[in-house]
Amino acid sequence: MTEGYSEKVMDHFANPRNVGEIKDADGIGKVGNPVCGDVMWIYIKVKDNILEDVKFKTFGCGAAIATSSMITELAKGKTLEEGLKISRGNVADALDGLPQVKLHCSNLAADGLHAAIKDYLEKTGKKLP
Amino acid sequence: MDHSATTATDPAVTEAMLPYFSEKYGNPSSLYTIGRQARRAIEEARQLVADLIGAKKEEIIFTGSGTESDNLAIKGSVLKNRGKGDHIITSSIEHHAVLHTCKYLEKNGFKVTYLPVSKDGIVNPADVEKAITPQTILITIMHANNEIGTIQPIEEIGKIAKEKKITFHTDAVQTAGKIPVNVDALGVSMLSISAHKIYGPKGVGALYLRKGTAVEPQLHGGGHERNIRSSTENVPGIVGFGKASELAKERLPNESNLTALRDSLIKGVLEIEDSYLNGHPTKRLPNNANFRFSFIEGESMILNLDMKGVAASTGSACSSTSLEPSHVLMAVGLRPEEAHGSLRLTLGRENTQEDVDYVISVLPDIVNKLRMISPLSR
Repeated sequence: MTEGYSEKVMDHFANPRNVGEIKDADGIGKVGNPVCGDVMWIYIKVKDNILEDVKFKTFGCGAAIATSSMITELAKGKTLEEGLKISRGNVADALDGLPQVKLHCSNLAADGLHAAIKDYLEKTGKKLP
Repeated sequence: MDHSATTATDPAVTEAMLPYFSEKYGNPSSLYTIGRQARRAIEEARQLVADLIGAKKEEIIFTGSGTESDNLAIKGSVLKNRGKGDHIITSSIEHHAVLHTCKYLEKNGFKVTYLPVSKDGIVNPADVEKAITPQTILITIMHANNEIGTIQPIEEIGKIAKEKKITFHTDAVQTAGKIPVNVDALGVSMLSISAHKIYGPKGVGALYLRKGTAVEPQLHGGGHERNIRSSTENVPGIVGFGKASELAKERLPNESNLTALRDSLIKGVLEIEDSYLNGHPTKRLPNNANFRFSFIEGESMILNLDMKGVAASTGSACSSTSLEPSHVLMAVGLRPEEAHGSLRLTLGRENTQEDVDYVISVLPDIVNKLRMISPLSR
């Protein structure tokens, strides 16, 4: 279970960054399924093509919460294009790795961010430059 | 508070074991002095284990674990009785040692009925009776469940099995030393127990095999344990199991004190909004409390409790390597998302009212913190 959680994972789990919802979010990405035990909602605020603010709400295990917290840090201040390029692997690497068994099920944060950016693009009808 | 996972070996048990690693290291099969010493120690331990469950000494077979005892009982018995039939009756909430053994036998041509349980987690003896066919050769139902602590009506099932002349096995790994276990009162032909759940060492278990009940050996070799379980005996482990059984029998009256502690824990924890008790309110092990909390996931709770110095466990998929939620919680009718939010706290000898009060004081903040993060919260 917790065996193999790095110190960074435990830090982000114990003190998650950017928790909460953005009331007037420009995009929301909802991924996961309560049946599987992981649900992530990623909220973004966009200004001049930049991810000005990123917040999350997550139901799930330690890895699910830590990856959600990490993605908000990785994404903030990035352009939308850069945000779309952040991969599951980048998130896991930034956390000094995840236990093998958690790599797929709980590592949904990048998918959540991508879904939020796509939601923003659809809502605004904007295209990436 | 995870005593159903394992217990600390009692210092008196360790002390009893130590000589059998060093000066009395003999092989019980050897005829010279230290061999005979080891043989005598094993036979004394056998008597002590038998006394804990009201059995005769010669009805105890030492094994390497509770899991091995279950495997030997189930596979050994159905292979022995293959000529009489091919049907096994068990429950849907058994320990994996029983469940996966039954699944294995199913793949190898046996038929298995997995009985449902009530929403409180209890098997109905009438269901057992109804499931019996002329082909039924084994009934295996656990004495108490390891996750939700429910105590099964083994005596009633035992009567049915006796009347129908069907071999009846129970996994009593969770009950021995916690509630009275008597093989005659229960009416079982086979019963599995394990040392490390009763303040004994890991790596030693026992199978009670009623006189007249035959099993095919699952380990072939030098003919140890009446040719039923070959392997050089784990002398220190068996001696430790004997000492732990002796202590467990002496202390059994105190174990019921845990009931008051358990109920105080249950009452305190259920003060938390949207929290529920899993399992039966009274027909449960004196040391077992199992809860579920809406909107949050178990592993996160365990990690937070661990940071506060409390050891606990969960039926959430996220804590297992299989990534499946607990089959026990699914069998009592919970939805997967409810099973993910489960928390098991199991008390032991060392626990006090202070420990219980401490858990009750730290748990609400943990639950609230996780609910603040959860998108499922109201």
